[in-house]
Amino acid sequence: MDMTTQGIPTAQPYVPAKPATAAKVVARNVNVHYGEKHAIKDVNVDVPDQAVMAFIGPSGCGKSTFLRCINRMNDTIPICRVSGKIEIDSRDIYDPSLDVVQLRARVGMVFQKPNPFPKSIYENVAYGPRIHGLAKSKTDLDEIVTMSLQKAGLFNEVKDRLNDSGTGLSGGQQQRLCIARAIAVSPDIILMDEPCSALDPIATARIEELIDELRSNFCIIIVTHSMQQAARVSQRTAFFHLGVLVEEGETEAIFTNPREERTRDYITGRFG
Amino acid sequence: MTAIYFITLVFLVAAGYFLASQRAKVLRAAPNGAALHSLPTYHGLLGAVALFVPMLIVYAIGTPVVKMLATTNAFSFFPSELASDPLQRGVILRDVGNIIDGRYQGDPSAALRDAAASYSSTFSAGRLIVLGTGVVLGLASLFLVLSRISPAFRARNLFERFVIAVLILCALVAILTTVGIVFSVMWETYRFFFDPALKGRPTVAQFLFGTEWNPQAALRADQGEIRTAFGFIPLLTGTLLITLIAIVVAGPLGLFAAIYLSEYATPRFRAFAKPILEILAGIPTVVLGFFAALTVAPYIRGWGEGLGLDVASESALAAGLVMGMMIIPFISSLSDDVINSVPQSLRDGAYALGATKSETIKKVILPAALPGIVSAFMLAISRAIGETMIVVMAAGLAANLTFNPLDAVTTITVQIKTILVGDQEFDSAKTLAAFALGFVLFFVTLMLNIIAQQIVRRYREQYD
Ligand SMILES: Nc1ncnc2c1ncn2[C@@H]1O[C@H](COP(=O)(O)OP(=O)(O)OP(=O)(O)O)[C@@H](O)[C@H]1O
Ligand SMILES: [Mg+2]
Repeated sequence: MDMTTQGIPTAQPYVPAKPATAAKVVARNVNVHYGEKHAIKDVNVDVPDQAVMAFIGPSGCGKSTFLRCINRMNDTIPICRVSGKIEIDSRDIYDPSLDVVQLRARVGMVFQKPNPFPKSIYENVAYGPRIHGLAKSKTDLDEIVTMSLQKAGLFNEVKDRLNDSGTGLSGGQQQRLCIARAIAVSPDIILMDEPCSALDPIATARIEELIDELRSNFCIIIVTHSMQQAARVSQRTAFFHLGVLVEEGETEAIFTNPREERTRDYITGRFG
Repeated sequence: MTAIYFITLVFLVAAGYFLASQRAKVLRAAPNGAALHSLPTYHGLLGAVALFVPMLIVYAIGTPVVKMLATTNAFSFFPSELASDPLQRGVILRDVGNIIDGRYQGDPSAALRDAAASYSSTFSAGRLIVLGTGVVLGLASLFLVLSRISPAFRARNLFERFVIAVLILCALVAILTTVGIVFSVMWETYRFFFDPALKGRPTVAQFLFGTEWNPQAALRADQGEIRTAFGFIPLLTGTLLITLIAIVVAGPLGLFAAIYLSEYATPRFRAFAKPILEILAGIPTVVLGFFAALTVAPYIRGWGEGLGLDVASESALAAGLVMGMMIIPFISSLSDDVINSVPQSLRDGAYALGATKSETIKKVILPAALPGIVSAFMLAISRAIGETMIVVMAAGLAANLTFNPLDAVTTITVQIKTILVGDQEFDSAKTLAAFALGFVLFFVTLMLNIIAQQIVRRYREQYD
């Protein structure tokens, strides 16, 4: 990463020096409004494939909002307006001809609070493949469910009770079930919005391990409030503040040698 | 008497409040006074309660005792055979009352006049004693409270106990009323089946499995064969048929309306449509019955004749359709509430997997809301089974054992109403049959409620 000597003026949003060629997700001049509120201001970012990118920043700065733009979950909020351009594999996802439902099948999401469906563990994972017709037979489906649970590191714990309710698992197990559910539809991208904030350190460590393993097959974006977590699991980090993407770069560079005063203050815990 | 007693009560209660709270205030204002445990208001309230409770109890016990004594004294002027005959007793008591009120027509006998004099003197002495006792006891308990007022006195906690006692009492009254009603219905039902004095009573099996319902037959003693008169099956099938039609109409309509309102409608449309749907629940059932009998039934008949079908003028279909309209709001409104209470996170989870809106509703929201929806249906069914007015006006009286919705049928509720209207003889099998029907109705509804609760309990809290 080449470090420019003169700092970028703080009022200006960050613009990548040159667009990364291997970028999976490309966002240009993205603005989001909730009614009158301007929640995301001119965000430009490139998200690399087969890597983990972390979004950090103080509460209310718009991390979740931006994350939800990438699978168009913001469409479900009536007052939310998104403008600008977001491309996945060079395809504009806000193109009116694009099918949102298919987009969301390719861009999985894991939420802050585990939200398993009130169904059995098996049905939770099988839900996505079923609605997208990914399995030709029952054995196919069984295989997908088993694989997904294995990838999510949950299989050994639940293999004897796949028909028990998914809501009966512990918080950490539920979150891994949600991850299994997301990867069962074999998406390209997985968005994770503070996936560990409801979990204890041991469960968190398991999920972090899992994220690291999943990295080789997926493009992962994770929102986190834990600097350590961002440093541990991500290769690139983006720092948001007040709806603006302040700084983005290699995780190591951001944490050891941030260009921006605000970034430094935030990661050293002086505000936020 | 009552007026004087309660005016005194109100005055004393006010005085008790004032005295007790003043005393607490004085304590608080004293130069070396410690902080009070409770606010003066609580001391005042406790003082008021201390007066109120004994006075109310004295009244509640004293008044009937006084009345009883006065009556006993009055009857001492009459031979005891007269006093023990309930009919004579009533007549004499009424005459005594009339003499005292100066409304007696003609010239009363000497015994009657003496009885009236004795009655009124006992009564006025008695009520004075009651008033005196009440005041004395009330004041005594007030002074007990006053004497105990000190900075550490826990007036607040004691008053809290009084509040709890009042609440328990209210709950008990509600429960005991229910239990009382159930037991009286059960008792009359028992008599209907097992009272040897009752002529023409059926056996339980005849009642439960008989297929002919004709309560009139039992009244005509000259007719020998009356055993099959109380077969309850046609009423049951009639009730079930109409309920089934109603639920077939209201179930899908109500549920789909609820889904539309909660998942698809804009908030503005919802804010305006939901109250309108709920107005439907506010239409008096007598109006709906009217509508069923005068508008829907002829329409169905005309339509049936157009198709060459034989439609009774009071068809189960007409009653069922209108009853369906009646229960739509129960289903839609409750289902809408439970669908709305399914957490947004579940919807998000499904959308994020690439589910469409209808897939999300079908596979995630409805299963999660199922217990609530089931109980909405159960409530609606209970309402339909117990509904009387619509079926009285639209379903008719013919106890046909049929499942043809175009035939006339009758229901349990209609028969209860018909049996009890205009019948004077309380001890006939016909009249008591109403209690047996009521008991069955109660039992069916209770079972439905229990089933609904079981379902709800089994699936509840799966998404918390
Ligand atoms: N549904 C909504 N309606 C209106 N305003 C919203 C909505 N969601 C978010 N906002 C606003 O947009 C801004 C960004 O919110 P967002 O949830 O993206 O923050 P965040 O960075 O994820 O915060 P946190 O770290 O606390 O999760 C906030 O000011 C918030 O008030
Ligand atoms: Mg957030």
